[in-house]
Amino acid sequence: MSQNLAVKTENLGRIYKIRNNRKEKQRELLALENVNLEIREGELFGLLGPNGAGKTTLIKILTTLLSPTSGRAWVAGLDVTRQPAEVRKRINMVSGGETSGYGLLTVRENLWMFAQFYGIPSAEANRRIKTLAEIVGIADRLNTKSSDLSTGLRQKMNIIRGFLTDLEVLFLDEPTLGLDVGASRDVRSFIRRWMDENPHRTLLLTTHYMVEAEELCDRVAIINQGRVLACDTPARLKQNLRHEIFFQVWVDASRLLDEYAFLRINGVKHFHQSPEEDSLRLEISLEEEAVLSEIIYELTAQSARILRLEKREPTLEDVFVQLVGQRMEEVENVAVPAD
Amino acid sequence: MKGAPMQKSVQKSVNLRSFLTASWLGWQIESNWTDPFLFATYSTIKPVAGAAILVLMYSIVTQGNFDSPVFAYLYLGNAFYQYVPAVLTGVSWTIIDDREHYRTLKYIYTAPVNIPFYLFGRAVAKFIVGTFGVVITIAAGVLFLNVPLDWSRVDWPLFLVALFLGVLMLALSGLILAGITLMTARHSYYIGDVVAGGLFLFTGAIFPLEVLPNWLRPIGYLLPITYWLELIRRSLVGAVAEAFPTFTALSNGDLLLILAASSLVFGIASIFIFRYCDHQARERGLIDQTTNY
Repeated sequence: MSQNLAVKTENLGRIYKIRNNRKEKQRELLALENVNLEIREGELFGLLGPNGAGKTTLIKILTTLLSPTSGRAWVAGLDVTRQPAEVRKRINMVSGGETSGYGLLTVRENLWMFAQFYGIPSAEANRRIKTLAEIVGIADRLNTKSSDLSTGLRQKMNIIRGFLTDLEVLFLDEPTLGLDVGASRDVRSFIRRWMDENPHRTLLLTTHYMVEAEELCDRVAIINQGRVLACDTPARLKQNLRHEIFFQVWVDASRLLDEYAFLRINGVKHFHQSPEEDSLRLEISLEEEAVLSEIIYELTAQSARILRLEKREPTLEDVFVQLVGQRMEEVENVAVPAD
Repeated sequence: MKGAPMQKSVQKSVNLRSFLTASWLGWQIESNWTDPFLFATYSTIKPVAGAAILVLMYSIVTQGNFDSPVFAYLYLGNAFYQYVPAVLTGVSWTIIDDREHYRTLKYIYTAPVNIPFYLFGRAVAKFIVGTFGVVITIAAGVLFLNVPLDWSRVDWPLFLVALFLGVLMLALSGLILAGITLMTARHSYYIGDVVAGGLFLFTGAIFPLEVLPNWLRPIGYLLPITYWLELIRRSLVGAVAEAFPTFTALSNGDLLLILAASSLVFGIASIFIFRYCDHQARERGLIDQTTNY
């Protein structure tokens, strides 16, 4: 493995064997299949995919919590299966959307305890805890028992735990899941700043928030049903869509529209509708702008009055749609969870 | 080759750090659930109440014959047996506690922590509370029930060596249970209690093994806890304990040797079993699997 690679996977695969009860026959669930990734030292790398895509499974393997069923993986040049103890000295991990922590301990005690496991001297640990608590906005809660914290504040405590130690690779699994908009923004800006402080730090972030991936990541791998579908910088991924034109249309309609009527129009690449409070939002991608007139004609035919129409730049969501054929939320609605 | 001693000292510090930090955490969890007065009251009443049930049953069966050597035998056996569930479940319960209740097991596992040392550390608080219970129970026995304990006749070196070996053996046995707990995401809540409760019958804690049917006795002879309890009793009330038939043919030295040897066997087996279970748990993805039971 090349020295400047922080993470490498080679044909990595994972199959879960599932049986709900003793009478039921064991079935196999493919969570990862032939995943080949190379993440360079200093990179902020994003794994983007819907729930159940295999993101968490990959993180579990890389953090030595789970064995792969096929292939190999290295973190900081060390084999995660053969040298797990060595790997653990160089990594840390935070999972979002959960309320982990020792509820009887205060926030400070929880964090101090984990710092001790990593061999950070007590005074230094307390200094770091204070600094990080001020950054994420829980300095006034350091002496509060963690059981008395809201889910969001507990999440912030866990985020501090992840950034407290001296490490080479940090794994953040959906770090902003469950946080409000303001807190998510604070966490994202902190992550970026933390990466900029030291060029040797590497961060692997999983998310199903497109904005998060676009805003933060140097490179993104799009993953679905355990397979990596594309891997590049967000800009280059979007560049593949330069021949498509994207529109967002809000219409006044009392019911969902007949989408097949739109998809039958020559030049319509994708059509998606989602009800909003007082309107219906349409996401449309076209091969050429001229097709828009036929869209408007069809909207009129279906008695839908246009409230607003916007032309927009392609996003990673559009890249996902191009690769999978569905929007991420549509995939999540039918996916069997592998995470 | 210069790196080798350095590696060893780093590993030693990881082990010590894991143990000490886990001991601190265990004590915080064990003592922090209520105010100190209530904690002290609970810790006093619990062992005394446990012993009182046994004393009441004994009193009914023997019509209050507290001068019989049988009473000292069962009272001390019962008192020291408190270490068995305390240490066994102290080590293994941590897996359930961290995985199910606190949801921190995966973070402990991904930290540079020696897991067996961490588990031993977490059991220290239960050992301390267990010791408190043993002391209270013995004190109650000596003060109110005439348990024939003469402090000047106690074989202290034998007692301390036996106690140390016994606790070590129990901690290592707890590691086996912890491994099994790690692999059984469901139904693992009762493993510690079931094992401790089951062993109570086969280790001569409250009656000599001769009371058991012939075909059940070998179980008791195979368990190091049986030898440990016998040694503890002999070190405290030698003359009375030696009057019982089970191990009359064995000297204190023989018993100590058997305890040391069986502890060693248990120790080696526990390390291998735990490693195997740990590997299996990774294979099956059980380390962070919660059941919400």
